[in-house]
Amino acid sequence: MNKNNNVYIVIYATVMIVIVAVLLSVAAMSLKGRQQANIAVEKQGAILNTIGLGGDADKVKDKTKYIQDEYAKYIIDSYVVNGLGDRVEGVDAFALLDMLKAEYAKPREEMRLPIFTAKLDDGTVLNILSVYGAGLWGPIWGYIALENDWDTIYGAVFAHQGETPGLGAEIATPHFADQFRGKTIMSDGEFVSIAVLKGVGASAGNDHAVDAVSGGTITSRGVETMLYDCLDAYLPFIEKQTAKPSVEIVPAAVATNVEENKIESYE
Amino acid sequence: MSKGVEEKEPMFSLKNMKLLWGPLNRNNPVIVQILGICSALAVTAKLKPAFVMAVSVTVVTAFSNLIMSCLRKGIPNRIRIIVQLVVIATLVILVDQVLKAYVYDVSKQLSVFVGLIITNCIIMGRVEAFALGNKPWPSFLDGIGNGLGYGLILIVVAIVRELFGSGTLWGYQIIPQWLYEQGYVNNSLMLLPPMALIIVGVIIWIHRSKNRDLIEK
Repeated sequence: MNKNNNVYIVIYATVMIVIVAVLLSVAAMSLKGRQQANIAVEKQGAILNTIGLGGDADKVKDKTKYIQDEYAKYIIDSYVVNGLGDRVEGVDAFALLDMLKAEYAKPREEMRLPIFTAKLDDGTVLNILSVYGAGLWGPIWGYIALENDWDTIYGAVFAHQGETPGLGAEIATPHFADQFRGKTIMSDGEFVSIAVLKGVGASAGNDHAVDAVSGGTITSRGVETMLYDCLDAYLPFIEKQTAKPSVEIVPAAVATNVEENKIESYE
Repeated sequence: MSKGVEEKEPMFSLKNMKLLWGPLNRNNPVIVQILGICSALAVTAKLKPAFVMAVSVTVVTAFSNLIMSCLRKGIPNRIRIIVQLVVIATLVILVDQVLKAYVYDVSKQLSVFVGLIITNCIIMGRVEAFALGNKPWPSFLDGIGNGLGYGLILIVVAIVRELFGSGTLWGYQIIPQWLYEQGYVNNSLMLLPPMALIIVGVIIWIHRSKNRDLIEK
């Protein structure tokens, strides 16, 4: 048979593609459950890490079960708010974590943002917010646990898709994230977010800044921008939680000015 | 083709074993043929991802060689490269899916580099140069050999980089704390891709000085 005959080539290619397509679909379908379970457990683990729990996950035999149990025990509530600070009913906060990229791109009134409420053994109530942004090579995201004053950071966790190992990827280490403990996002009632400053010790004594990752400048900047943008989106809700009747809500335009001033003050 | 003679060959004949062990030393894809350097730079900052990468590449080279060798008589020559790509890409996607399902943590660390196995020159090189002209069993051995040869270099480079760059191996602290207190510092240059290139260069240097006949004139 002539193997370079066009008919033969077309049939050969078609048959091959169909076989490959079936094979890949079967593989994807059969592994999908496990993969999604892994992703869900990873998110639950990250949320637990934010409040300083779930640290034994790598030591226990059944990591999945351990994380699910801890999560069920400590995360007592979750709800969704919009960018204007109102509660949104009928949306699952955990499922929303997969859609953060799209949510943060929406206009404020349509934005849906998840909040998780945790209660520690000693009765402390914490509010966990979810942030999402861009690093150097791909998306970065994280969780910020705020104390009940909606100002002081109790803990933070960051993750990334493909930042440079040893450099930008260091944002996912406890060493970087632990710096956020005790920092505050408000200064005299005004939203300032947390800056990520270059230079070792650059943030010493600063309640609104942490040290950047050396060699990971663009990723560090990405973290800073992500924190500013995302916390800013939560801000209307945060203000409603903390507002005394007389406090005005800072309009977006003012917030933008704060951002510009902040950048200048670095240089 | 000289069929009759080859068919009587035992499965683990000297010639077949050479296919398996040759790439580990004198015919190493990375340090002799200088293939697959790109991923050797990218995934070797830590040992664990390097190991998983080595296993993944070995599986893909072995099975792409095996499949292409089985198909070799029916493939239309004009779409040969496309067929190779489809087979390799399918295997890589399968490996990626399996990693995501069973070793999710490492799969996350390797991120895009698993997908990029498709473009690894070693795999297509072996399919094109060996599998299309040889029987399935020797092709399979050749694939395993080349995968292991690649993996060996990856692991050596990763050991050096993780030990001196982070002071750990497989995530466990190796450099003792008192040494840090004496003023020892991890060399962060080790974590940067250029250092991987330098280490590969040093390995090539040592290897060539032991195998002088490999030195180009």
